[in-house]
Amino acid sequence: MVAELVRGQNHPLPRTRLEILISAEVPVLVAAALGDEGGRVHDGHGIAHHGTPVLPGIEVPRAAAAEHCLSADLRELSEAVHRVTVLLALPGMAARFGATAAPRATVTDADGTEIVCFTLAGLDAESAVVALELYRRQGGWKVRAVGQGYAEGLTALLADLGLSGASEMAEATHEAGRLGAARAAAPPKARPSEHGPVDYTHPGRQGPPQPQPQPQPQPQPQPQPIAGDAPGWSMEERLYNQVWGMFEDLARSTAALRSAADFAAARLDRELDEALADPRARIGGAGEAARETARAKHDELMGRAQAAHDRDLAQLTAEAEAVEPALPPAYARWDSPVWHGHRMPAELPRAVRLGDLHLPESASLRIPMLVRLPLERGLWVDSGATQAGFTDSAERRRLALEVAVALAARLLAVHPVGEFSVEVIDPAGAGAGPLGALTRTGVLTGPPSRGTAGVAQALESLTRRVDLVRMAIGGGATEALPDGFDTARRLLMVNDFPQGFDDRALTRLRFLADEGPAAGVHLLLVADRADAGEYGPLLDPLWRSLTRLTPSPDDHFADPWVGHAWTFEPSLPPQGGAVLQQVLGVVSAARIKGK
Amino acid sequence: MTVNMTKGQAISLEKKDGATLTAVRMGLGWQAAKRRGLFGSRTREIDLDASAVLFAEKQPVDVVFFRHLVSDDGSVRHTGDNLVGGVGQGGDDEAVLVDLQRVPPHVDQIVFTVNSFTGQTFQEVQNAFCRLVDETNGQELARYTLAGGGEYTAQIMAKVHRQGAGWTMTALGEPANGRTFQDLMPAILPHL
Repeated sequence: MVAELVRGQNHPLPRTRLEILISAEVPVLVAAALGDEGGRVHDGHGIAHHGTPVLPGIEVPRAAAAEHCLSADLRELSEAVHRVTVLLALPGMAARFGATAAPRATVTDADGTEIVCFTLAGLDAESAVVALELYRRQGGWKVRAVGQGYAEGLTALLADLGLSGASEMAEATHEAGRLGAARAAAPPKARPSEHGPVDYTHPGRQGPPQPQPQPQPQPQPQPQPIAGDAPGWSMEERLYNQVWGMFEDLARSTAALRSAADFAAARLDRELDEALADPRARIGGAGEAARETARAKHDELMGRAQAAHDRDLAQLTAEAEAVEPALPPAYARWDSPVWHGHRMPAELPRAVRLGDLHLPESASLRIPMLVRLPLERGLWVDSGATQAGFTDSAERRRLALEVAVALAARLLAVHPVGEFSVEVIDPAGAGAGPLGALTRTGVLTGPPSRGTAGVAQALESLTRRVDLVRMAIGGGATEALPDGFDTARRLLMVNDFPQGFDDRALTRLRFLADEGPAAGVHLLLVADRADAGEYGPLLDPLWRSLTRLTPSPDDHFADPWVGHAWTFEPSLPPQGGAVLQQVLGVVSAARIKGK
Repeated sequence: MTVNMTKGQAISLEKKDGATLTAVRMGLGWQAAKRRGLFGSRTREIDLDASAVLFAEKQPVDVVFFRHLVSDDGSVRHTGDNLVGGVGQGGDDEAVLVDLQRVPPHVDQIVFTVNSFTGQTFQEVQNAFCRLVDETNGQELARYTLAGGGEYTAQIMAKVHRQGAGWTMTALGEPANGRTFQDLMPAILPHL
């Protein structure tokens, strides 16, 4: 995923060969200054600009243009260079950035994979600006979004970098820029808003097209919701917090409705009883009138409670419509467009969507169920009978396995290459159909383990792995792990548990459930608890330690605030599973390339 | 302008321009116990607690206090337990925030109480007060002084109740005794 930086934020650079794309609405000059540890540039040779566009390790464009591409090879830079400052300037003396749309800087690696982007919003009278800094940090390089503008222009900016003769250089640069602009003969794009207001809002935070505001009866319509409208260090974090905020708001709004309904029902009961108990009411129409009044009071209160709830729902629904299309793959539904053209991310995901949650009062409003990664608890997809009641046991098992496969595929696709691997135990080979999506694309660590011997072997190797990692962590010697130790997080998927498990294997699995998460080994069981009946209460702690997911809607999740029973629905790819195949194809291709 | 309230005085929470209040805060402040002598750490801290009880037709339906910081419906929030008090210069050490627009329709009264959890009477507490603030602009609407409150460990401070489409606040200022709001329930009921 591309990290959208805000001013002042930094980000590690995984590669040293980079391209920096600058896009602006009007032609701008781009230069790169090579500075020492203090960011000072010592002489005119430390700056790559139109006159000397190529310095060791960096190349800048020769002329002013609206679109630029700088290439950098950080390894080529001299040892004395500790900071590369990328700066933009408007060629004309009287120009100001405030009159144009905010420029945007994107850092990609040599393959064109985007690493970070930054929008230089909020500029006004400035005519020169420091866009980004690349700097050395602990043997590596990082990039920082700066966005520091200079109203006095390039001269002041260069002077700030410690350049002697800043004004001459700035003048020369401007001159070249004007010539370059004329030579390039690329007239600036027709600006639709030549004199109109310019939109400075952060383009990355605008979210998708806003839903049309609902005609609301309130005098003050609620502000339109936007995606990422929550605190957090990154867009991903903000969206995570926003989704949890919506979850809490819906829980509380529903609590208000239910509390009012309980109260109204209890009051109605009491008043009806009183009307019945009153001897005067038995004669004449007084009793009937009292009952009517009681019912009217009940309906009036419920009407108000429902109206308040509807108001909240309309707000949350509008927010969900803005948020849902903005979600990154790890949080997105399978039918979201982000999965088309999915690319392997460079960063570990913070959370993953297990499915959707809803309440009976608001069945159309689905809250994404996001859980933090790495998973603290194992997952169990229940293939047993649920209230929704699939009668066909084989169908239930197949569906449960499909849920597990979709989840494994999602986890593979949202982790960077080499950071996550999946291995499968399918003792009887019964899951070959749904598992085919994983086995055919070769994204697993190996073919699914079969039979009691296969189960024993797979668990043996994972147990040893967890033991090693625990010892290394416990001894504070993580570097003592054997050479070539694969540090990827591991998901162990077990179909038809506990088939093929002997006592020894069960003990190992329980060990993995308890100790695995801290050592990077996570469980995903597909099981019908009834199949494990012969073990009696022995396995109860195991079931309790797992997060239970169901292949069909089932209300077994309680929220942490009020404790409503929420109906869980798994996240499955749309019929046909073409998205799943395509995404797994990307995972597989990236893996081959990585090797 | 601040109104110093006296017992039983009612204040309508309508603004001067006729708009009703949307969010109010009940703030509670007191001065921490002074450290005495060499063994200062042995000084007993004073822990006052602010609570809010939500009533629907005289039946308690929810309560917000230090063990339940947000009402289930989310309309009333406690900022968190302060165990020792503050500098005693008028700042809130504990606060209960009420979003009046979000209060469920059946809730018609919210009663604010103060208890001395550590058992000191209000005579022993310096500079204790309760105040009601318009949360939208920070303006203080009413202030009630607790200090010199006699040999009591609790006070039923005030209530906000629905009146017409808006809300009204009434100062109660009823002294009582008790460690938490539960002990005060019998004393609250006559004021509903």
